Amino acid sequence: MTPGVKIYRVILLAAAIGALSIPLLCGQKGSSAPAWKNDANVYAELTKAPKKAVARRNPLAEDPDAVGAGANLFDEHCAECHGEMAEGGRKGPSLRADPVQQASPGTLFWILTNGVVRRGMPVWSKLPEPQRWQLVSYLKSLHSAEKPQP
Amino acid sequence: MAYSVILAVVAGSGSLAHAQESPYIVTYDHYLEEPGSLEVEYFSTFGTQREGNDFHAFWTEFEYGATAWWTTEIYFDGQTTFNDSTIFTGFRLENRFRLLQREHWINPVLYIEYEQTSGADKILKEVEGHDVESDYAVPNAIARKEHDHELESKLLLSKTFNGWNVAENTIATKNLTGGNPWEFGYAIGASRPLGLKASAHRCNLCRENFIAGIEMYGGLGDRYSFGLHDTSQYVAPVVAWNLPSDWTLRLSPGFGLNDDSHRFLLRWGVSREFSGFGEMVARVFRSREP
Repeated sequence: MTPGVKIYRVILLAAAIGALSIPLLCGQKGSSAPAWKNDANVYAELTKAPKKAVARRNPLAEDPDAVGAGANLFDEHCAECHGEMAEGGRKGPSLRADPVQQASPGTLFWILTNGVVRRGMPVWSKLPEPQRWQLVSYLKSLHSAEKPQP
Repeated sequence: MAYSVILAVVAGSGSLAHAQESPYIVTYDHYLEEPGSLEVEYFSTFGTQREGNDFHAFWTEFEYGATAWWTTEIYFDGQTTFNDSTIFTGFRLENRFRLLQREHWINPVLYIEYEQTSGADKILKEVEGHDVESDYAVPNAIARKEHDHELESKLLLSKTFNGWNVAENTIATKNLTGGNPWEFGYAIGASRPLGLKASAHRCNLCRENFIAGIEMYGGLGDRYSFGLHDTSQYVAPVVAWNLPSDWTLRLSPGFGLNDDSHRFLLRWGVSREFSGFGEMVARVFRSREP
């Protein structure tokens, strides 16, 4: 291998590592306070659900296992951002807050399905519909209860 | 060095996310990595080879969710050709961008990849152009002398309904070395979890932890000779097992559909997702600030 080729490879590797470090730090805030606490519009997306979506009823509302299953799903997929007790985490707002608890099941399902991509919440349509409804059941159970044990 | 840093940070991570990964090995759906999460994956491909030696190709993949609309990855490829040698065959840098904010009837994602591989690369992560089985019969000592710098773009289209995911990828690749024409390929897949409702209790063997499906992929020729002639085509059942212990296992036996395809490919992979990885790295840098 010629020295020219070696230098070329080193530069390429350095560029690759540099390029990788940009996304690694992208969106990671320097402040220790969660950004959503100072954001007056953090729950604004709830008002954007179409009427048809808002009116949807939770088909698992009467399922006795839905809250427990939803709690498991929350631990697995949501607690990292929204906190273990849904009280809000470093990246995601509290789901015990009034705007969430007063939203219809259909609205919560719509948010889960579509995410809030520009604010960092991914779409969760990869979870089958019944699992998203189980999550809604769990979220709606939070207004009065402590977190159920799975 | 870079590997050590990544592994050290990953080893220090106590925050693991339960994976809900698709079973596809070649096809991409429209779901990106969750922001701040790192997924470490290892995949193997065993391939039969007529008029040559069978091979075992493998790659390691680090997939990071930069934002909810941008996922970036780096791959390191290698292969063992039986009765020949084991060699490193190159790396790939990949980015996927979600084009629409919300879910729609069909969801597009733009995929852009740069790869620097040798002619001995056999991972068959995508099949394009006039890639045929006989290309892979060349001994490693000769094949590795060919250096490819490729720019690869894909339009990923995907939709999930009633538990089913259907995905279609259109591939356009340009080898930047020499005057090679644009080459084309495709991959399509369909999959569904075996159970749609989650169980109230955690379990390894619950039906919802298994996702099964099928994918089909192959070349579509190049700019000057578009079509299925002199291309390889494959069909492959796929299954993924998402374990509550944060691991995902995938298995896929693939079958060549014409005489220009490898007769049999056996692929398997294992992956683990580490959520909060980006935040952890940011914390490391913050702690050094005065």
